[in-house]
Amino acid sequence: MGSRDENLSRPFLTAIAVVSLATVSVLSQTQNIPEDGSVQFLTSWGEPNLQGVWDFRTITPLERPDEYEGQEVFTNQQVVDFEEQVAEKNRDQPPVEGSTGSYNQFWFDRGTRVTGDQRTSLIVDPPDGKIPSLRPAVTKGMDVDSTSSESEVGSRPVRFAVGGVGADGPEDRGWSERCILGFNAGPPMVPSAYNNHVQVFQVPGYVVILNEMVHDARIVPLDGRSHLPEHIRQWKGDSRGYWDGDTLVVDTTNFTANTASFNPSLVSSIGSGETLHLTERFTRVDEGTLLYEFTVDDPTTFTREFTAAIPMTQSDEPVFEYACHEGNHGMFNILSVARAAERQ
Amino acid sequence: MRNRFRGAVKTVITAIMMGVLLLAVNLGAGQDQAYQAPRTADGKPDMNGIWQALGSANYNIEGHAAGSSPIVELGALGAIPAGLGVVEGGEIPYRPEALEQRNKNGENWLTSDPALKCFMPGIPRATYMPFPFQIVQTEEYVLIAYEFASASRVVYMNRPDFESPFDTWMGHSRGHWEGDTLVVDVTSFVDTTWFDRAGNFHSDGLRVVERYTPVNSGVLMYEATIEDPAVFTRPWKISLPLYRRVDENMQLLEFKCVEFAEELMYGHLRKGADVN
Repeated sequence: MGSRDENLSRPFLTAIAVVSLATVSVLSQTQNIPEDGSVQFLTSWGEPNLQGVWDFRTITPLERPDEYEGQEVFTNQQVVDFEEQVAEKNRDQPPVEGSTGSYNQFWFDRGTRVTGDQRTSLIVDPPDGKIPSLRPAVTKGMDVDSTSSESEVGSRPVRFAVGGVGADGPEDRGWSERCILGFNAGPPMVPSAYNNHVQVFQVPGYVVILNEMVHDARIVPLDGRSHLPEHIRQWKGDSRGYWDGDTLVVDTTNFTANTASFNPSLVSSIGSGETLHLTERFTRVDEGTLLYEFTVDDPTTFTREFTAAIPMTQSDEPVFEYACHEGNHGMFNILSVARAAERQ
Repeated sequence: MRNRFRGAVKTVITAIMMGVLLLAVNLGAGQDQAYQAPRTADGKPDMNGIWQALGSANYNIEGHAAGSSPIVELGALGAIPAGLGVVEGGEIPYRPEALEQRNKNGENWLTSDPALKCFMPGIPRATYMPFPFQIVQTEEYVLIAYEFASASRVVYMNRPDFESPFDTWMGHSRGHWEGDTLVVDVTSFVDTTWFDRAGNFHSDGLRVVERYTPVNSGVLMYEATIEDPAVFTRPWKISLPLYRRVDENMQLLEFKCVEFAEELMYGHLRKGADVN
């Protein structure tokens, strides 16, 4: 009799176990609600789910403007005022005498809002919201048309995105004008003129960061492997990732000397990527928000490291092919006009 | 007795025949038994990984004998390796005027192949260029990232009505599963990519239907049916195996070839270039 009870109870227990496993599994595929009420989004294999198309348009300045000194967050009224000010500034202006001008506002898509956290700067550390001071004799670069000071221009390699140090050859132009990298894609990603979209894909063992600019899929292994050998260097560096709780941490090194430690703007550069150690953190803070933080660590260039935070918002729009180089009539025109000017 | 003997013989023969038949069925089953690929969390064949084609389709998708290097300085190392071809039936069914164009393209390879300029190579060419590519297979999307030119494309799964608003270099890819085969319907191409270095080409009416089928843990069979009525008299097909790159710490590396093509494209516009 005793043995029969065992025989009866085994399938029963198994059934209970199956049911409870199934319940756990169903829960883990969708969401897991911890006791504090926060919602965690998980993949079917149990990692935080960061997937989707994320929009990082914002008019929040990288550095805190002087008028907001000591103030980390805008008041609601300041948000309204600031957004109005920027909208006014971004309206089409009459062309400046002698300038060929650039795109009109129709072509820009910088966004019209400050970030959801209403911070007065994307830089959150140091607490003053500014890029830290530099080590002595750090190499800087600046687009020749954006400065009146010849000493600021610098020379090749041109480590900024847009503009150039001249037009003697393609290497005199920024890496975005050359269509080697997208001007907002980094790494690190910094909101800019248009196409501020990134799509995140996840499979067991990898996270992939696909920036619309310029169709670059940054494939980040999560298996703990070491970085590439030091002498193998890449424009976008070499990325390795790991999970720190619910946060994906991406560690990137092996940049070349052709990019900067950091670009304070599209038309300027500080230092060389060779010594840059970049750390990016991706956290799904709610269904519609992916918090993106990056820390620039380059003691050769900066007196301390600094961190920026950009809450990205979920987009229903797809990421499209950005065929930059294939349609780069700009490079041809810049160089041929420079040659024509020399002949005159 | 005789009848009984005959009956016994018949029975034995029948038994033997049935045995043979059963054996045949078993053998047949053994041969047909599809390889069971490991599954992803959503139960689909797991094609995640880094893949690469071998062979010389990259030079010419039609069968071809070896040939000399179009760049004298490269000597034997730049010579073209022979290949049996990957086109089903051997020849691409060109319309006569299109065949002329193909031959002209081939003769002018060094000045005309769009990939020389590091332009995105299009589909199917990206698949069999001598560079690895990575398949990142999620439920909703299959991302295919190619090392050459850092090209990539997103395959939209189960969204047959999602049309591309414009033409593209890598095509607009919509996918679905047929059994263990990933089928990708690629449309909305520009007319400026080629299929290989031999000048095989298409128009902007190109449609490529790709089929990726795992045949063992290390090989995906790749088939692509190519339709382009302006250029070809009928749809035609290529097929070739894709091999898994199992090298230790294998990863896609950067091949941002724009900088390698700048001298070719803009060298004549350098300062001083017109003085010489």
